[in-house]
Amino acid sequence: MREQNDIIQILYAAIDELNPQLPPEQRLEKSAATVLFGEGGRLDSLGLVSFIVAAEQKLTEMADISLTLADEKAMSRRNSPFRTVATLAEYIGERLAESENG
Amino acid sequence: MARDRTILITGTRKGIGRYLVDHYRRQGFTVFGCSRGPMESPPEGYRHFQVDVADEAGVRRMLRTISADHGRLDVLVNNAGIASMNHILLTPVSTVHRILDTNVVGTVLLCREAAKLMQRRRCGRIVNFATVATPLKLEGEAIYAASKAAVVSLTEVLARELAPLGITVNAVGPTPVKTDLIRSVPAEKMEALLDRQAIRRFGEFRDISNVIDFFIRPESDFVTGQVLYLGGV
Ligand SMILES: NC(=O)c1ccc[n+]([C@@H]2O[C@H](COP(=O)([O-])OP(=O)(O)OC[C@H]3O[C@@H](n4cnc5c(N)ncnc54)[C@H](OP(=O)(O)O)[C@@H]3O)[C@@H](O)[C@H]2O)c1
Repeated sequence: MREQNDIIQILYAAIDELNPQLPPEQRLEKSAATVLFGEGGRLDSLGLVSFIVAAEQKLTEMADISLTLADEKAMSRRNSPFRTVATLAEYIGERLAESENG
Repeated sequence: MARDRTILITGTRKGIGRYLVDHYRRQGFTVFGCSRGPMESPPEGYRHFQVDVADEAGVRRMLRTISADHGRLDVLVNNAGIASMNHILLTPVSTVHRILDTNVVGTVLLCREAAKLMQRRRCGRIVNFATVATPLKLEGEAIYAASKAAVVSLTEVLARELAPLGITVNAVGPTPVKTDLIRSVPAEKMEALLDRQAIRRFGEFRDISNVIDFFIRPESDFVTGQVLYLGGV
């Protein structure tokens, strides 16, 4: 299993990639607690789409992992995995564990 | 003007797609293309991928390679397409799946993966392939016409979803063009079809590239969600 911290570093790389494209009020801080989307979140829905795409791309570039993050599983959860950087990292960790075991 | 610009064309082994490769090479584009089979004597400045457009993993690999090698994609032309002439009562469900896979699923996958790459520069052009068989409601082509109706619908909705990312999505709707696609259509059926066009002749490759040229030029950044049928259909 990949360390949670590695995944968070990858998400920070996605934040670095995305920030220059975002309007100033949406720019993300590199912290596990950063709220991405939903109440108190910084991104609008389009910003979230761009963030997910950047995260998928960084996962591929930095760890050679090919995941579609916004699949039906993610979308049907009661607690959205896209709420904060930490919840997303946790979700990615789960998905990787699943694919390693399955 | 097209220096450094990159274009990905699907279905390039033969027919319209093969012509488009040479057309956009001449304009100075770096051209990428794919089809299920290999391309015979590919021109310089062209890179071929042997990928089925309906294969998600293959499509993702192709776009990843383009991204790694070139870092950008300016234009996607979703030309790959198949047809089958058959009365509905004689149409096997395997044919239905095959047509929907290439024409609909393929177009969706390519639009999705290409838009991921295009949105990084907040700029891109997607051109899909419709057909006059849809508005003319051609008998014997129910599945083909329906698959292309889905492409029209995708074009219109994606135009809205991708507009904030700087990507336009349009479609060209060719009339019959002499390629393998229509080889098995009987001559009298073809004549009857041409008679329903405002301008009664076969389409030429250049009729199609002319429309694509218009959709992808920089000045067309306010043109999206449009389907342009040729021949006055
Ligand atoms: N010709 C006409 O009269 C006409 C009229 C209206 C619209 N159109 C549209 O124009 C487009 C091109 O047609 P065409 O006349 O050039 O047809 P064509 O001569 O039969 O060529 C089709 C091309 O698409 C490729 N292809 C087919 N299925 C594919 C798949 N699943 N994945 C990747 N590549 C695939 C083929 O190569 P492989 O076999 O190697 O995969 C070939 O290069 C189609 O979308 C068609 O619907 C044509």
